[in-house]
Amino acid sequence: MGERIFFFLLAAIIIMASITVVASKNPVRSALALVVNFFALAMLYITLHAHFLGAVQIIVYAGAIMVLFLFVIMLLNLGSPDAMQETTEIKRPIAWVIGLSILGLMMTQVFMVASVVPTEAPEWIGTTENVGNALFSKWAFPFEITSILLLVAVIGSILLAKRRQLN
Amino acid sequence: MTWADAGWAFLRVVIVLAFLLGTLPFVIWGERRVLAWFQDRIGPNRLGPFGLLQPIADVVKLFFKEEFLPKAADYRIWFIAPALALFPAVVAAATIPWGPNRQLTPVADIDVGILYFLAMSSLAVYGVVLAGWSSNNKYSLLGGLRSSAQLISYELGMGLALGAIILSSGTLRMTGIVEAQDQPLWGIAPAINHWFIFTPWGFIGAVIFWICMVAETNRAPFDLPEAESELIAGYHTEYSSMKFAVFFMSEYMAMVTISAILATCFLGGYLPPLDIAPVAALAESTSGTALGGITSALATLTGWLSAPFWFISKIVLSLFIFIWLRATLPRLRYDQLMALGWKALFPLALVNLMIAAVYFGFGWIPALTGYGILALGYALWVINRRGKEPKRVVQMHSDAAPYQPQSHREVESVG
Repeated sequence: MGERIFFFLLAAIIIMASITVVASKNPVRSALALVVNFFALAMLYITLHAHFLGAVQIIVYAGAIMVLFLFVIMLLNLGSPDAMQETTEIKRPIAWVIGLSILGLMMTQVFMVASVVPTEAPEWIGTTENVGNALFSKWAFPFEITSILLLVAVIGSILLAKRRQLN
Repeated sequence: MTWADAGWAFLRVVIVLAFLLGTLPFVIWGERRVLAWFQDRIGPNRLGPFGLLQPIADVVKLFFKEEFLPKAADYRIWFIAPALALFPAVVAAATIPWGPNRQLTPVADIDVGILYFLAMSSLAVYGVVLAGWSSNNKYSLLGGLRSSAQLISYELGMGLALGAIILSSGTLRMTGIVEAQDQPLWGIAPAINHWFIFTPWGFIGAVIFWICMVAETNRAPFDLPEAESELIAGYHTEYSSMKFAVFFMSEYMAMVTISAILATCFLGGYLPPLDIAPVAALAESTSGTALGGITSALATLTGWLSAPFWFISKIVLSLFIFIWLRATLPRLRYDQLMALGWKALFPLALVNLMIAAVYFGFGWIPALTGYGILALGYALWVINRRGKEPKRVVQMHSDAAPYQPQSHREVESVG
């Protein structure tokens, strides 16, 4: 029961934060709402016994990536929010249609598929030991491929920065 | 969870909060006195014995100060920023064990203790950044920007330095890390505890962690976000009264918390340096005699007090070194700080972690070889660099001359 209350509380926070991210005209407030969103998501992981995932979620997303986001937003100094208003009017209805249809799809999944039985997350599932075992034995190949992908991205960004410096 | 469990959990939280809030005035007083001592001054010595009541006077002053709100500030964010600065400093202490009694400490002995600490400390930057941005003041903004860049460059070194400790203890649990240090030193020396700072990777890790934690708490010589000689007061320029006090508190609380992490991970936590209990031995030898009752009571008392005593001693030592650094070192320039983080600490921590991994995988001979290669590489780099470094040319006005120290003979003749 307690877990369910916690889930709905967190879900409400996440939804409100997500709406603020897209609705707020101030980019810093949008970024802050995204931090709240990530933080609540990490807590949701922890209620599912995925402690490792929760901690890493905060370290990587809330702690590192969003700090960089804020850094860039502050450096850009975007000026008044009115300057950010979309000029082409056609984008707005298209965005509404796409957004509402995805929401409808998700709602049908939630309300119409009655056969889904919620299962309890086992306590052992998210311990560091189990995550490590899964990553380095069964999923070792995808894991390494992902790290190569990230390495390529790092090298690419360094190359771009260096080229500008040379010119 | 029963009501009794909830009661114990509440008690654990109260103990940690009471410790953090209770030590705060003493830390501030201690900093002012020790700093004064370093600078050949007296420091606050008027109010109460040794000036111990000075923090109370300071707080009263801050309470009654007028609070200013900058005209163009983003008020909501400006209001919430001090709280965001205080929050991580308080909650990061939740996984630190203060003694061997698991019912009283730590607040939550979770599976990912160290990661939890890293997660919370990485949130510490938001208070500073948002305070700097929302004040709508260019000096504050510069302070906030510096803080975010600083945090990102020091977090990696810190995490990797702790990685070697995780390898040594085989767990992320804070209590597990302390228990892994409760064994004979290097497996051979009896009666000395195996603190991780006495292992090679632990020593290098402790030095890296030390530098990173000074940068993380924005203390001198890494106090660039508030550099008062160039940015007025940096991110908290526009704060006065109790909001400034909250920033002040968060800095000192973060110092205490991070010193506790250093003590837990590298200095054996609540363990005494020597694994002996003289009072308990005395009690055993005198049991049955007339003194038996007194000595056994003393043994129980020292048994209770030993763990917090050693833990707090280590925290005090760490705080003293914080103040020592502030009194001794000049502030680093911004690019020097970034270069130190990325070009020195990060690679060193990475190599240190790799050598620790080699030791735990293959034994001490390959690990020693690794350290040899590291030392050789560093020596070659230094030799290669010598002479290649561009000489710094200081531009001067026409009639200015570089400072020439007086020669030894001239000084003698004057004397």
